[in-house]
This record gives sequence, C-alpha cells and structure tokens, in this order.
Amino acid sequence: MKDKVIGLAHGSGGRKTARLIRELFLAYLGNPILERLEDAAEFPSDRGRIALTTDSHVVYPLFFPGGNIGKLAVCGTLNDLAVKGARPRFMTAGFVLRAGMSMDVLERIVRSMGEELNKAGVQLIAGDTKVIEKGKVDDCYITTTGFGALEHSKTFAPERIEEGDVILVSGNIGNHETAVLLARGDFGFEHKIESDIANVWPLVERLIEAGVDVKAMRDPTRGGLATTLNELASAAGLGMIIKEADVPFSLPVKGTAELLGLDPYYLASEGRLIAIVAKDHAERALEVLKAEPLGKNAKAIGEVRDGPEGLWLETLLGSERPLLVLEGEQLPRIC
Amino acid sequence: MRKGLMAEELGKILKRLDGDADLIRGLSAELCARIKEPLTLMEVCGTHTHAISETGIRRALAGKVRLLSGPGCPVCVTSDAEIDRFIQLSQMPDVAVTTFGDMLYVPGTRSSLAEQRDAGADIRIVYSPLDALGMAEKEPRKEFCFLGVGFETTSPTVLATVAEAKRRGIGNFSICAAFKLIPPALRMIAAHPDLAIQGFILPGHVSAVIGSEPYRFLVDEFKRPCVITGFEGTDILQALVMIADQIKDDEPRLEIQYTRVVTKEGNKAALKIMEGMCDVKDSMWRGLGTIPESELKLKEAWKDFDAEHKFSLPPLEHRERFDTNGCRCGDVLLGKIIPPDCPLFAKACTPSNPIGPCMVSSEGACAAYYKYER
Repeated sequence: MKDKVIGLAHGSGGRKTARLIRELFLAYLGNPILERLEDAAEFPSDRGRIALTTDSHVVYPLFFPGGNIGKLAVCGTLNDLAVKGARPRFMTAGFVLRAGMSMDVLERIVRSMGEELNKAGVQLIAGDTKVIEKGKVDDCYITTTGFGALEHSKTFAPERIEEGDVILVSGNIGNHETAVLLARGDFGFEHKIESDIANVWPLVERLIEAGVDVKAMRDPTRGGLATTLNELASAAGLGMIIKEADVPFSLPVKGTAELLGLDPYYLASEGRLIAIVAKDHAERALEVLKAEPLGKNAKAIGEVRDGPEGLWLETLLGSERPLLVLEGEQLPRIC
Repeated sequence: MRKGLMAEELGKILKRLDGDADLIRGLSAELCARIKEPLTLMEVCGTHTHAISETGIRRALAGKVRLLSGPGCPVCVTSDAEIDRFIQLSQMPDVAVTTFGDMLYVPGTRSSLAEQRDAGADIRIVYSPLDALGMAEKEPRKEFCFLGVGFETTSPTVLATVAEAKRRGIGNFSICAAFKLIPPALRMIAAHPDLAIQGFILPGHVSAVIGSEPYRFLVDEFKRPCVITGFEGTDILQALVMIADQIKDDEPRLEIQYTRVVTKEGNKAALKIMEGMCDVKDSMWRGLGTIPESELKLKEAWKDFDAEHKFSLPPLEHRERFDTNGCRCGDVLLGKIIPPDCPLFAKACTPSNPIGPCMVSSEGACAAYYKYER
C-alpha cells in the first residue's frame, strides 16, 4: 500500500476503500469467491445455492429520525443478501460495547433489531459481546453476518447487463445520510427528514415472482447512487446515462445538500433498490415496484448504452457530464 | 422556529429556479442566437465555476463562449506558507485547530492538515466559526484557533464571532486569518497584459456584502462588461445573455442580475464590522503573487484574538512550491490556461492526491473540471 496510515477516506466506500481492498485485503486473503467483490458472496452447497455477507455498523449518532444502529445493522445485512436475490434466513451479531453505556439505550437498540428480524422472518442464531473500557470506543458497534438462500435459478450479476437495459430506483435517494447528518445537531435547523432504512427483500421477491428479467441489483449505500452505478457500469464494462430530471430526490434532501455543499448523487440510502432490467421488462418492473408501499416512488432514471465505460448525467440543460466514483470521504460514519 | 423548514423551503426555491428544463434550454438558445463571434469571459467565483460545470453550461456553450475560471476560490489562493502556519498551530500542545472542511486536504510545503489529523492532531471541522466558539466555551482549558480563510463573504461572520468572544469573555478563542479581498485581485487581472478577457461574471455572495460599486473601475478604467450573478444555471445563463448584449452594444456596464440578493450598497452591517475591526494590508496570493492592499488584518485592539500575536507565530515567509513541481494552479487562477492544459491534470494530480489547491477545494477549477468536464 502506498498510503502509510489508515485515513477516514479508506472507510468511505469510494476510490480509497477500493484500493485498500485490492492492494491489501485481496493481496493476502484473495480467492475466486472473494474476488468478485459483491455485496454478498454466493457459493454452492449440497443444500442448494447459499449467500453469505457481513457488515459492521458504526453509525453516529446511535439514534436518528427513522431508525437506530440496531435497525440499520439488521437491514443493512438483509439488503446485501437481497440484492443478490437471496432470501434472508439467518443472522449472527457481534456487539462491541463501552463500559458505562446506558442499559436502557442498549435495550432499545436490541428491541429494534428483534422487531426488524421478526418482520423479515429471519432468526438470529449466534452472537458475541465484548465490552471495552471507557475512552477507547464509542458506545456501541454492531457487526452482523447474514445467511440467505437462493430459491430460484436466476443469477443477478453485472456481467448480465447489456446495452439498452433500463436503470430503475425504488424511491427517493439520499434520505438516510441526510437524516444521520442532521441528527448530529451541528447545524441547528429543524427538519422532517427521516432515514429510509428498510429491508428491500420484499421488493426483490415481488420482482422475482413476477418473472421480470432483472440483470443486476444493488442498494445505493456508502457513496450513494453515483458510486453504486459506477461500480455496476465498470463491472459490466459498459456506459450508463441517467437523467437529472428523472432522479428522485425529496425537496428537503436537495435543499440540505445545497446548504451544506454536499452532492446529492453521493448521499447514501439504506432502504432503496437499484435494479437494472431488460428494456422490454422495464414497464412491468416499475408496476411491480410501485404496487409495494416501499416502492411507490420508483422511477426509471436512465439506461445502459454502448460507448465509453462509466456513468454520465444528462443535465436539465441537455448536456452530458460524467458522474465519477466518490473521491475520499463525503461524510464518515453513516452506517 | 423560522429555521424549522429551511431545508424544505430551499429545496422548493431551487426547484423553481432550476427545475425547469424548458426555461434553462430556452435561455441557452437565446444566448447562442446572440453570439456572432466566440467570447472569452471570466467567472471570478469558485462557486460559479462549480455551477457552470455541474449544470453542463460549459459544454453546452463550447465554441461560443470560452469561460475561464478566476481567483475566487479562497482555498486555492491561500499560500503554502499560510498552510504551513496552520499546520504549525495544530502541532502546539493544547491547541485545537478548527476549520471549514475544504482546507483539510490542501498541501503545504511538506504536509496537509488531513495528514496531521490522521496522525492524531486535534483538528476539527466546523460549519460555522460560532461552532468553534461554542467548543472553546465548553473546553476552557484548551485553546481553540479558527482558520479564518475566505473572502468578503466569510470575513464578517468570523469577525462577528471574534466580537462575540470578547463580549462573552471567552479568552481561549483566536483566529488565524487569511481574509482576502476580491476587487484588488480583479484589478490585477484586468490590468494583466497577457490576458484578453472580454467580460466578467462577478461573484454573487461577495457582492451581497460589498455591493456593486467596488467593481466600478472594471467598467470605467478597463471598459469591461460586468454582471453580478447568482448560482443557478438560469442565473448564469441570464448573466451571459446580459454580457453578450453589452458587447453587442459596445457599451460596457456594471449590471446586477442577482437582484434578489445583491444591492448597490451591499450589507452595511457587515461592512461596518470589517472596517471597524480590520486594517488593510498587502497580501500574497498563491499563483498571483503579492497584491497591494488585498487582505484584512485584525487591528491592534483585537490582538488578543489574533493567533499570530497569541502564539507568537513568526512572520510569513512566502514561497511558491508549485513552481518547482510542474503544478500550474497559478496560471489557472489567472485564466491563462484551463485545467486540462496542465500536464499534471488527472494524471499526477487528482482529488485523492492533489498537488495544487485548485484540485482540492470543491470550488477549485481543477476539481470542477476533474469531476464534471472529462
């Protein structure tokens, strides 16, 4: 590694994270399954196709409008399974807690995890607890591992993306990161923005049931819509174009981004689905998504095209500009 | 609470201004119809540079209007020596350095604040100098120094914070100031023999503070069309239409397009704070050199809040590091070249590994070209 120390940017999900993974983790730990670098790893077993994923959650503050670290730790991992097309089945959780943390706070977090797991029909089947002395750690970090089953013969992978495919999003983008940022209370203005945290498996399940030809799916977490679509475009070796006029942002999110100098295309969501679908299935896919409460604001925002690899934005003015992978950090500790 | 719905209201205003594709495309067509020969204009302000790239205006007008970026990005014109001084402050025991975020990654002679922060220095990002003052009040045993880097837009709020610190008797707060002034820099650019800039898009927010009159010399002495404009795509296109009209009429004028914010007189309260608390001195601008009477300095009466005095900092020794490593930020800031003309652009110099300051700040021309114009 060229970098001498770990900086916050190595955890941003952007270019520096990618380099850390490539040059350090893959160098020592690489194997064909890991090297695919997908949200969840799929591997064969005697009992069918299985998907596994793991995710650490360090969001600050622990509670924010629309959720808390517990709900996030569950949904974040469920979503990583869902976008691979795996029905979430089991989960494990590791807690790192600070001595002196309020038991009441921990109970609220764990209760919220239980509620989300129940709703999803997923059981937590193993766990671990570590407590660290005051001053060495914040109140609470949670690592969850999710185990899911692929109960169909479809494969959702960027290699399947083709020219002409349509890019869909299941709703407004960027609410999670904005809500967390504003919950830090540094800006002194009131707002009604809530995190979008949700389990997106029900949306994925409806799409699969409806027989829609979905090529690949992702959830636009760290690095937001722009980084996620860039990763898909680069894995597919194709170009993508989205239209500024069609990307759904809520007005308060757009306003907040403008006020604070944040680029909304890089704001994370934790309950949104990006689906790349075959052109002649796009209309049906939108209908299916819109029929679900979680997908009522779903939109087609662009398409896959032949041409230079990468992501492009058609501005309102009608000219095109690139939308690159996030450089460095926009905001640390949002998940 | 008035602030309650600010985010939502701002979102609505933005939508009204810029949410209309027909309006913005109409303005663009109107502008193109007026231009007979290609124009070379300068947008002075970094926020304009960013907006022009983000909205796609630069691309849409290629071959018709050549828009050069000016020196209006505060981070970009802060010299190496000033950055080194900020780093020096961050190394002092029991001193917390507070700053706006975009200062963090600007390279000084040997290091940046971001590198120092990762190595353990107490460097905190704030969104307002008042946040830094609040920290100082909460942690009275620590010294809090705010890096007051900015133009006329920023300096009044930082100065008001100093006055507030005095009023509340918060003695562990100080500022390390680099308050630069825009009109003297424009005089230098307008008078520069190598630059053929036909008109200026003048900054909106600086002008909200100083008003329109400090730019009068650009029209009277230098005969250049000038329009003060806002930051939405429609604002900028309308300003370009106004400049095209002035050129067509061969009658340079000083016009305000951004009338919803800017007046002829400016913000009297802010101007009074600046005049009352500061003297004017010569200043070193990165890339541009020394510009006479282009920086505000706290008056003697406020020296207890001046980090230079409080921490006995040695006088600034200005060096131009980038002259030796090929970085051409200086030429970019003067409008002599556009960022892709620099041999380091997007090769050795990227936002993750910036060599010059124009690649660091989101308002920097190189960062805007890197992000939007490749």
